[in-house]
Amino acid sequence: MNFLIINFFLISILLLTTFYIFKTTSLISIVALTGIFTLVCAAIYVNLDAVDVAFTEAAVGSGISTILMVMAVAKLPEGKKNQLLNLFPSIVLSVSIVIVLMLIIANLPLLGDPNAPIHLHVTPEYIKESKSIFHIPNVVTNILASYRGFDTLGETIVIFTAGLGVIVLLTSNTLNRKTKFKKKVKKNEG
Amino acid sequence: MKDNISSSPILNIVSRILFAPIIIFGLYVQFHGDYGPGGGFQAGVIIAAAFILYSMIFGIKKGETLVPVKINQYLMCFGVLLYAGVGIVSIFLNGNYLDYNVLASDRSSGQHIGIILVELGVGITVATVMIALYHSFASFRIKDD
Repeated sequence: MNFLIINFFLISILLLTTFYIFKTTSLISIVALTGIFTLVCAAIYVNLDAVDVAFTEAAVGSGISTILMVMAVAKLPEGKKNQLLNLFPSIVLSVSIVIVLMLIIANLPLLGDPNAPIHLHVTPEYIKESKSIFHIPNVVTNILASYRGFDTLGETIVIFTAGLGVIVLLTSNTLNRKTKFKKKVKKNEG
Repeated sequence: MKDNISSSPILNIVSRILFAPIIIFGLYVQFHGDYGPGGGFQAGVIIAAAFILYSMIFGIKKGETLVPVKINQYLMCFGVLLYAGVGIVSIFLNGNYLDYNVLASDRSSGQHIGIILVELGVGITVATVMIALYHSFASFRIKDD
């Protein structure tokens, strides 16, 4: 019962935040509201006992990405900060996504159903054997680092590549080199 | 956004007080990930948050002297190489790639060593990538030409 009340409360906050994100026109307040949105999402994950996911959501979603978005908005030229866009295409897109998701939700197994496919495949094995083999109580860490070591290596490389991409695109050295290169080309032409 | 907002004494002192506890909490999350929630990803982000707070309050110049760009980029590569290197080492010890069982004499301590090293690699990469992202965003200027 408590679970339901807390969930209902959190989801109504989510809806309220979404409404304000929709209503607000200034980009910086939209960024702040998105931070609130992900923080409430983290609270919902805690309520579902997914503490690791909640931790990641709170740290990455509402922490770092909010800061980076604030930085990006601060770098925008003054005139573009409060520009109103044509909302019609995004409304059509989001309404159609909601309809598709609703259709899918009808076919999902109920929350906590022990016969759901996800609880029958490899999860029971992981839960049963991981503590006796590894002597590490956190099953999530075992799965992340040992059972699925390859996946985590891939994720690390994805983050590394994203960092490299941003450094190459935004660092002033590369910008200077590009302008120098342009000057050289102009000299050769002239 | 101004580059330096350290003129406010409240922000200045609060960030000075918070800097060390944030890093200690990050290290706790990193090395306690085997026993509680957390791990390399979260710890990396938390440690990066401390350095980002520092360069937000004291300006990007001071932040870049605290974490030099070159060293940051080397550490970025080092994290990924540490992760991949654990896999290579386990190949040389007659195991499969990323098979931690062979890293020590018995299975469970081998898994312990492997998981700690791998999580350390993830943590270093995530922290340095986040710092690099912030620094390149903050020092980026749109040129009017």
